[in-house]
Amino acid sequence: MPSFELNGQTYETDEDGYLINLADWSEPVAKHLAETESVDMSEAHWEVVNFLREYYDEYKIAPMIRILTKAIGKKLGKDKGNTKYLYDLYPGGPAKQACKIAGLPKPTGCV
Amino acid sequence: MADYSAPEIQDDIHVPAVQVGSMAHLKPYPAMEKHMLPLGFPEARLADWQEKGIAKLGEMLKKYRSLQVHLDICVKCGACTDKCHYFLGTQDANNMPVQRADLMRSVYRRYFTTAGKLFPGLVGAKDFDEEMLQQWVTYFHQCSQCRRCSVFCPYGIDTAEVTMAAREIMDAIGVGHKYSTEIISKVHEVGNNLGIPKPALQGTLAFLESDMLENTGHEVRLPLDEAGAEVLLVAPSADFFSEPHIQSLMGYAKVFHQAGIRYTISSVAAEAANFGMFIGSFEQKQKIAKRIREEAEALNVKRIVVGECGHAWRVAYSFWNTLNGPFDFLDPRYPVPQHICEFTYDLLQRGALHMDKEANDGYVVTMHDSCNVARASRMGEHAGGQFEIPRALIRASCHHFVEMDPDTTHERTFCCGGGGGTLTDELMELRIKGAMPRVTALKQVMKRDKVNFMALICAICKAQFSKVLPMYHIPMETVGGVHQLVSNAIQLGVNKGVV
Repeated sequence: MPSFELNGQTYETDEDGYLINLADWSEPVAKHLAETESVDMSEAHWEVVNFLREYYDEYKIAPMIRILTKAIGKKLGKDKGNTKYLYDLYPGGPAKQACKIAGLPKPTGCV
Repeated sequence: MADYSAPEIQDDIHVPAVQVGSMAHLKPYPAMEKHMLPLGFPEARLADWQEKGIAKLGEMLKKYRSLQVHLDICVKCGACTDKCHYFLGTQDANNMPVQRADLMRSVYRRYFTTAGKLFPGLVGAKDFDEEMLQQWVTYFHQCSQCRRCSVFCPYGIDTAEVTMAAREIMDAIGVGHKYSTEIISKVHEVGNNLGIPKPALQGTLAFLESDMLENTGHEVRLPLDEAGAEVLLVAPSADFFSEPHIQSLMGYAKVFHQAGIRYTISSVAAEAANFGMFIGSFEQKQKIAKRIREEAEALNVKRIVVGECGHAWRVAYSFWNTLNGPFDFLDPRYPVPQHICEFTYDLLQRGALHMDKEANDGYVVTMHDSCNVARASRMGEHAGGQFEIPRALIRASCHHFVEMDPDTTHERTFCCGGGGGTLTDELMELRIKGAMPRVTALKQVMKRDKVNFMALICAICKAQFSKVLPMYHIPMETVGGVHQLVSNAIQLGVNKGVV
């Protein structure tokens, strides 16, 4: 199984680098995952990650992108509540790239 | 990301020079033990995999006479060689349909024909050895089972069926593909490919209802698990999750609302897709389809309507009756099953819907036919309905519609590049290159007619194009569902309801 080391600890991931154990997630781990994706974590990036984690905690799945854009619009201003803004933050796609940094499993299916 | 780039788009689709083994490096991720076991497959590669694999092939030759015909009858005429989008995009000779199928033919000859048993070298018979297995893993996962090659084969050889058989044999010896097996496991565990649990689905639908109320002023409903509804709507689960898929979901909801027909979505069967077909497993296909029938009976509906999902429509239209029929508890006055496009088209014909084409005046629209709808099913009462009905909906929803090159539409349509269980990131190189023929035809009409929207009726095509078009410098918003256009154009609150 693939893994990475951070501060002396080993973290297991799947082939695409998504954390296997959700409980392994922490801010330093998120920062590390963001680096592997060439994403520079700003305040806005963290808002997305925090929302994804809260939502996952309740529903055991990532939110539909429209729910995410609306939540971000509420937090950061209406002009930022759209798909384009999310893709500007996470060019690899909010569903896949942001989920990875948030420590969520990779969405499967026709996505 | 590996060092490859999207092919250069030319003025037309040209047959490229062959590059032997150019895609030999690209394999899917192997399936995990936890996904193989629940499907009844060995957890890992069997020690006696060769013997078991050959025996499985023998078993399937008896069970599926068509497979034996496909393996016996090819005369190597070459008509299929330049018809596959993966060959055109990758130049790998093993992605020529004849050569891909020959990977199985050579094994078949070695163990099941007299000449191949006695003089293998003379008749192109080959051992089912490690090298051959690796080629199977590689190239039978570089086929999207789109069946374009079959259209041009003078003998009608169905290469998709050969690919399905190869995957079934590989699963039987414990050499599975992670993408499809993980998804099928989720269907059995949660009820849909994405693994959306009921509370999340409830929340999502409620969210979309309030969104539509806000935007339209109408209480358009997305009901869940409501027994006694007239219709069970079975949509691909991507319709509850992704853009642009949810736009079509809202389109379906508005059509039901406007027609005044009670419908429901089922949390147990919140998925039209059936990846059992992709892995060639009759048993899995049957099991996955069964829960839809059971839900239709439990909810006491009179009709089942299938959403915009290409291979799901093939399974529903062509296989449901064999897998889980007869569906004699449904209302025989309507098609069993009914496609959402047929459903909306019927309402339009009956004057139940009012469309404002101006709502889509920002678009010049073209249509991409999805392979499983185009070449493996039908719609409506007349031959070719699977092409005409979606187009009739587009024409009713917008002013500007143009066709792409006829060599790339209707039954000659090109796969999006992500069908048949290839819509997974580790196969991204294949997906990008395989989209080349479709992108070429699309760019032609973008240039000639200023096309800026490609409508289609498949969840896989939507996901694949949203991801891949930007690699060819085309905005992802260029792709969307037919019911996205319907959703924009439909007038709510006018002349509501049908008899």
